[in-house]
Amino acid sequence: MNNIPVAKFVIAGMAALALTSAGAQSAKPSPADIVMKASFKDRGQAKVDRLEQDETQRLCSQYPEKRPMDVARKIEALNMKLVKYPADGKLLGDWKEGEKVAQSGVGKQFSDNPANPSGGNCYACHQLTKAEISFGNIGPSLYNFGKLRGFTEAMQRYAYGKIYNADAYSACTNMPRFGHQGILTEQQIKNVTALLMDPNSPVNK
Amino acid sequence: MQNIKRTILVAVVVVSSISAALLAPALSAQTSSGDAAVKEIEKYRQALGDGNPAELWEARGEDIWKQKRGPNKVSFEQCDIGMGPGKVKGAYAVLPRYFEDTDKVEDLESRLVTCMVMLQGYKYADAKKNHFGSPEHKSDIEALVAYITAESRGMKMNVSVNHPKEKEAFEIGKKMFFHRGGPHDFGCVTCHGADNTRIRLQDLPNLTKKEPAQRAYTSWPAYRVSQGELRSFQWRLFDCFRQQRFPELDFTSQGSIALTMYLAKNANGGTLSAPSIKR
Repeated sequence: MNNIPVAKFVIAGMAALALTSAGAQSAKPSPADIVMKASFKDRGQAKVDRLEQDETQRLCSQYPEKRPMDVARKIEALNMKLVKYPADGKLLGDWKEGEKVAQSGVGKQFSDNPANPSGGNCYACHQLTKAEISFGNIGPSLYNFGKLRGFTEAMQRYAYGKIYNADAYSACTNMPRFGHQGILTEQQIKNVTALLMDPNSPVNK
Repeated sequence: MQNIKRTILVAVVVVSSISAALLAPALSAQTSSGDAAVKEIEKYRQALGDGNPAELWEARGEDIWKQKRGPNKVSFEQCDIGMGPGKVKGAYAVLPRYFEDTDKVEDLESRLVTCMVMLQGYKYADAKKNHFGSPEHKSDIEALVAYITAESRGMKMNVSVNHPKEKEAFEIGKKMFFHRGGPHDFGCVTCHGADNTRIRLQDLPNLTKKEPAQRAYTSWPAYRVSQGELRSFQWRLFDCFRQQRFPELDFTSQGSIALTMYLAKNANGGTLSAPSIKR
């Protein structure tokens, strides 16, 4: 309980910091920012405001490869606060539905219908099952994810949190923040967590 | 078989429209490992190279270049794309570059628009119209791009950043390359900043590194089998940003030219093989 005032202070401090940097940015946009903004136009669901960056995107663009340790820790800390776990406390959904989410790459492009659910496109970057041979390698193989790490509740929480907001665990990862950015719904994230963590999932066979 | 069909279908959606019909024989030939599939796809790519329909665009582009066009009834033969009026040979190898008459850095596509406006008398909006063709509406700009780039085939990329505006374009393009945003936090760098990566089975060139940057840049423009169209470099950037979940990159916008400048400069020394043929 002693932590609460400290936590409040930290949050207030970070909010102040965010305001200052946002203020500094809008006061003096870089030549590249001005040119970029003038070079895109709204199309479908993809509006020009998508070029605007939050703190995480701004820092990750500024330090594309190596970044100071304190910057990385700051990004992870601010994203950790943004992870929302399900209110009902259940982290595992249906792995069969999770497999569909992992296969689907649709969503959020200006050519996509925003009325349809987005996919997670996990296979674009990860190996997951033995059956699917068309997988990318930008992310690590997740084959036998639960089997190797143990089917514990702590690991379920990690998997759910990582899918929800990967930057909380690894600053400036290539992986999208599926929950935080509203790409996947809570139920979809539960289903993908099950794909990774259900002992009956083909990921763990 | 059902599973293979599904795999292929998804790959089509994700890797941006691989031709399923053409890929099916390659993928169904084996199912044991990803590496073997990659090799099969490589064979398929080599087989494609045997006949390149880009020649049809090149021939049409040459005709358009020589026709008297627009309200002023003037041919492109007085258009200076960097080597002097009407000179086409080698021009693509030094684009984008700074042009004094417009006081701007221009790439090939924007320079063609400039000539259509300044020389042939078209309205700017009309000159930019139909910049990406379809089977029903073939694009004159894509045909011109095919003709002009083919005239630099075998030459080495040699883009300059000596003029302050060229240097500025390069720096802006570099910043754009690393700019992460949108719902997926993607930037060009997400897919093109590391060695030996793939999306599904599609290889991704590391555009920050000399050799892969040269190989990638010098193979555009290209005839895309899956679309039945010849695609310009402007199209390549436009469609990358779509997949990046960004808004639409405006055709020949300053940002599009700046990013082209960054990528072209990184490809300096590479030998142009365009127009090539791709899946």
